[in-house]
Amino acid sequence: MTTPLFEAKNLQKYFPVKGGILNRTQAQVKAVDDVSFAINPGETLSIVGESGCGKSTTGRAILRLDDPTDGEILFEGQNLMELSKSDLRQKRKEMQIIFQDPYASLNPRQKVKQILDEAMAIQGVVPKAKRPERIRELMEVVGLRPEQAERYPFQFSGGQRQRIGIARALSVDPKLIVCDEAVSALDVSTQAQVLNLLKKLQKDLDLTYLFISHDLGVVRHISDRVIVMYLGKIVEIADKRDLFDSPRHPYTRALLSAIPIPDPSKTRERIVLQGDVPSPMNPPSGCRFHTRCPFATDICKAEEPELRSTTFMNETHKAACHHIEKIAETEKTSIV
Amino acid sequence: MASNEQTPVLEVKGLQTSFFTPDGEVKAVDGVDFSVNSNETLGIVGESGSGKSITSLSVMRLIQHPGKIVGGTIELSGEDLLKKSKQQFAKYRGNRLSMIFQEPMTSLNPVFTVGSQIAEAVRIHKKLDKKAAWQEAVNMLKLVGIPAPEDRAKRYPHELSGGMRQRVMIAIALSCDPELLIADEPTTALDVTIQAQILELIKELQEKSGMAVLMITHDLGVIAETADKVVVMYAGEVVEQADVKTLFKRPLHPYTQGLMNAIPRHDIDLDELEMIPGTVPTPQNMPSGCRFAERCPYARDLCVEKHPELATPSNNVDEGITTGQTRCWIYTDEWDGPNPTKGVATNQ
Repeated sequence: MTTPLFEAKNLQKYFPVKGGILNRTQAQVKAVDDVSFAINPGETLSIVGESGCGKSTTGRAILRLDDPTDGEILFEGQNLMELSKSDLRQKRKEMQIIFQDPYASLNPRQKVKQILDEAMAIQGVVPKAKRPERIRELMEVVGLRPEQAERYPFQFSGGQRQRIGIARALSVDPKLIVCDEAVSALDVSTQAQVLNLLKKLQKDLDLTYLFISHDLGVVRHISDRVIVMYLGKIVEIADKRDLFDSPRHPYTRALLSAIPIPDPSKTRERIVLQGDVPSPMNPPSGCRFHTRCPFATDICKAEEPELRSTTFMNETHKAACHHIEKIAETEKTSIV
Repeated sequence: MASNEQTPVLEVKGLQTSFFTPDGEVKAVDGVDFSVNSNETLGIVGESGSGKSITSLSVMRLIQHPGKIVGGTIELSGEDLLKKSKQQFAKYRGNRLSMIFQEPMTSLNPVFTVGSQIAEAVRIHKKLDKKAAWQEAVNMLKLVGIPAPEDRAKRYPHELSGGMRQRVMIAIALSCDPELLIADEPTTALDVTIQAQILELIKELQEKSGMAVLMITHDLGVIAETADKVVVMYAGEVVEQADVKTLFKRPLHPYTQGLMNAIPRHDIDLDELEMIPGTVPTPQNMPSGCRFAERCPYARDLCVEKHPELATPSNNVDEGITTGQTRCWIYTDEWDGPNPTKGVATNQ
């Protein structure tokens, strides 16, 4: 059993909703509600889900970019929740983040070399004299020409800007990188370039990724393990192959069946979910998916399902559903 | 059965749309041809900057200064739309041809209820009185699958979810029974489960009304599931066109092949994604030869020097095989030697 690089235990992130004449907190948006998972060194763990499921909030909360409401976040066994601001800053060099829109996260008035230099200066990882050399190196690592460090962000294309975002994250030699929709804004041809780059860097530099995305194709390509979230909860967690080949939670199954496949000769049964995702301010009782679930029964409205595994599932594969067995059974009969 | 001589609902020939910037003319769409029949969906696929959205805006005559349609014809059931005056065309837009956009929130008016916005479209084009128009609006909301339509008609756009808003947009677009619906990235801003609902809805409504649909998207998955015919655009031009099965089975243009191999798939494992190196050329320095040449693994001097035409392959295609049309020297008689793309397996 490897010791995990990172662990989140019972993580919660609530956002208060204020209103009324006294501007009191009237309700809580439970963006992330009791989420636990671990990331092993060298692996890519992905979180997928639709808008509002809490995947990005989870990514931000574990870096304490938004302080979690409750729970523990352990990095190499150390609880980050207990660190002071300055200790936390020290720790941040181990954990970096790449955002969706690199243009919004790069200072437009700084040249690329200043952007990279600043990151290293703040963390104090590379002495000043050695930084120009390191910048040249970083540019090459992410597939840009060293002399392009003299340019400003607007002089680059979207894919190249994302490479700069990656170079900045790498500049402080992190162990863990959170990629928050890192390739979502890119065209497929450039997206492929950046995905291949991320994979290569992982191998070369021994990186660990938490990859947050709504795109299941991208997730299958890059992940070792996958978490599916719905309305602030983990509904399924599994090794990549288990999740894509034998999804157990009805939401995961619907999600997978909804994605259009670029192959017109493939026909398949599509599960079209009715209605929209309910508001996280007032989530449904019991299983949060029961309002849209074709298998829901009374127990789903009353009791919240635990993440669990059964006899026919790998032990690393867990789903939060009362009816895993029943659904597997109906599947068997429909195949026969 | 439709005869071969049926007049297409939309026929675009040699369309050229340019933007006149201080730095000179930018040819965003440079000689595009296609046609769509009734009950048919034509997909236009391309990446950012390919000119796919400018093409659709040109058909709707929504190109704004400094842009201008500088050449070509756009015919709706045989009538040339570009010859109509502004007043004449206003009777067509929203009536005989309609459009839905990517972000429904920005195309709906935030200060009017959704019901009144649908009713407005109906009143203008169908000459109904207020009460009848409102009733029609409620009927349309019901048609696009919005639950409790009487109540929802009185709501404002911000009170509805993204998927609901897109349904409202579709209701407005279809309220006058158009011959042609242009859907420009209609599901790009939506989550996949909602995307599935909306695509299903468009298909259903098409089956009912027989309208022609122009589906503009960057997503080859959406194309594969919705389109009958496909046009692939690159840098302002059509580089390949074929019916959907042919295109996915036997993509000809190296760009189309590259695009298909670059998509990460959720249904199969791929070791490495094929990359198309480099980026789309900017309109300011458009290559004079083939526009894809500098990113193409097979490019020769010929490709850099001479601009290829969109044509049915006359070379390097096995006999008896149906293909579409492509804009690539490999498939012309000027290409010496075998087809270098032969044996390039796509992920299909």
